[in-house]
Amino acid sequence: MSALVEISDLHVRFVGERTVHAINGVDLTLNAGETLGLLGESGSGKSVTLRALLRLLPKRRTVISGSIRVLDQDVLALDGEALSRFRGRTVSMIFQEPALALDPVYSIGSQIAETVMRHEGCSRAAADQRALEMLNVVRIPSAKSRLAAYPHELSGGMRQRAMIALALSCKPKILLADEPTTALDATVQIQILLLLRELQREFGMSVIFVTHDIGVAVEISDRLAVMYGGQIVEQGALRDIIRAPSHPYTRGLLGSNAHAAPKGQRLETIPGAPPVLDAVPRACPFAARCAVVEQRCNLQPPPVVEIADGRLTRCFLAAGQDASAMN
Amino acid sequence: MDRNAASLPQLEDLGGAAQPLLRVEHLTKHFPVAGGLLAKRRTVRAVDDVTFAVGKGETLGIVGESGCGKSTTARVLMQLAPPDSGEILFDGMLVGGRDMSIAEFRRGVQMVFQDSYASLNPRLTVEQSITFGLKAQGISGAAARKVARDLLSKVGLRPEIFAERYPHEISGGQRQRVNIARALALSPRLVILDEAVSALDKSVEAQVLNLLVDLKTEFGLTYLFISHDLNVVRYMSDRVMVMYLGEVVEYGPVESLWARAAHPYTRALLSAMPSIDPDRRTQTAPLAGDPPNPIDPPSGCRFHPRCPHAEPVCAQTKPPLFAVEDEAHRAACLMIVPGSGHSASARLPSAMRDA
Repeated sequence: MSALVEISDLHVRFVGERTVHAINGVDLTLNAGETLGLLGESGSGKSVTLRALLRLLPKRRTVISGSIRVLDQDVLALDGEALSRFRGRTVSMIFQEPALALDPVYSIGSQIAETVMRHEGCSRAAADQRALEMLNVVRIPSAKSRLAAYPHELSGGMRQRAMIALALSCKPKILLADEPTTALDATVQIQILLLLRELQREFGMSVIFVTHDIGVAVEISDRLAVMYGGQIVEQGALRDIIRAPSHPYTRGLLGSNAHAAPKGQRLETIPGAPPVLDAVPRACPFAARCAVVEQRCNLQPPPVVEIADGRLTRCFLAAGQDASAMN
Repeated sequence: MDRNAASLPQLEDLGGAAQPLLRVEHLTKHFPVAGGLLAKRRTVRAVDDVTFAVGKGETLGIVGESGCGKSTTARVLMQLAPPDSGEILFDGMLVGGRDMSIAEFRRGVQMVFQDSYASLNPRLTVEQSITFGLKAQGISGAAARKVARDLLSKVGLRPEIFAERYPHEISGGQRQRVNIARALALSPRLVILDEAVSALDKSVEAQVLNLLVDLKTEFGLTYLFISHDLNVVRYMSDRVMVMYLGEVVEYGPVESLWARAAHPYTRALLSAMPSIDPDRRTQTAPLAGDPPNPIDPPSGCRFHPRCPHAEPVCAQTKPPLFAVEDEAHRAACLMIVPGSGHSASARLPSAMRDA
């Protein structure tokens, strides 16, 4: 397995009226053909990581450092035509609100065709043909007649399918999915998750799937990275993390899920609220809410420890006694 | 409880424990939709002949997808939109009739909404928001402030820190705690929680759920818990009611409903829940397509166009809410109604056929 995406020591800071240190040292790799789940709560930096990867963050108000390499291209150095080629052909993205991501004044078919023509320089007829193909790929019923439909004429689930069709129309190697099922009803959400799983295999692409819902992450991911306070606090194979979470935050998150809790028994909770991130965390950002916090957690950043093959945890406790030496 | 000394007393319990706190009979709310110039007028049947009861001290969960009428049911209940027809009985008293005015009813029933920010006045401090209703009910300013501060500590917010803050200065979880405190200020007997935890992060959601459980015991509350999240509903509710396109399709005790869901829609909803076990991922989607638009819903059983078990009879006959195993668990599906004409009803065990 070779890494398609290599993010190392990524820092993203938003400046303006108020400074927010959204990403504070993210290291992440995405391998060919895998689906990586990025799990976290609001403000944890999961969406910002995706947007940085596609260079969607507002230039004037964002300070980015570190490196993002996709297929050996330096993404942070891309500009102009190279950036346009990168978006859509190499990496493509789907969003939570297809109604906002799609253009309301063009039909679904013409939006897909335009994208194909722009990237592949083919004829309108060939692009139209591809648009029809793509609507079939995402299993939109009576695809031919839906080509002429405008986004508002489609139901929520169909709009999301149309957006997936648009995102995949130039056969990208990497698909970024930013909570694409969060706004959907339960019976529709599962359809879209199954569709993405099938398409991932069919197209052999790699996927980064951002979600706040553990259930959704379990349904879609091969590997999981858990984010907190702009850092990845734990990553590894999905099964290992769900079975035996090692970071106290992941343990708390899995424990506070009402899924398995018997009625009448109190839910385990993580006290307090996520950090505000108006400064770079100089210690463990989770220390204030951690059930097993120690003195050193408030004094210095915890090390990233490889507790098993490919299984990383950012915690002193995982490092054992000689943690300070490792750091 | 001395907490109530300065504030409003809870409305008196009239009918005793056996009388449901809330009875809703044949509640209906339709919204007309303007058609085109020559098109006929169409109707959104948002809530259609909905009947249910909530026992004292119980939590009734209402689940369903968008457009099923769960939120409209709550809003019509609160008289935020007047019902077209149907009766609401609060502890045996007809609401809006001689027994109980709408103002009295609203004091006994309070509501917490999904959007914690939109439901608070941005120009009022936390304390002013909580005392607003009390003052409207004639409680003096000083007494109201005392109640507000007491309630803030009950919901886990230190009054000396939070009382003077404005909604934009606090987090979503804290705002939802303020909304809960405000709802409790009038000493209601019934609290309607309409997706009250849906917008919160998971770790905060668990905190608020624990809080709701504690407050229920402490204040002797009854909850109507509306949510699309079945895990949360299962955790919170004693009984659950499933709605589809404005109608109740199944209700029953939570264990019975989860173990023996009888309506194909309930079964689909349950199996659409994402798995939490990596080795037991969902393999097939239980339903195809989206929930249909509640404008001019299908004839007969409204679920029949999406139902894997639908037969021609389903398009013609409206299924009654029929007992599944006992009276407490009922489902509106022709497959469990003996002699309904659906082929599955002929295969019912004889004990049920004779019932």
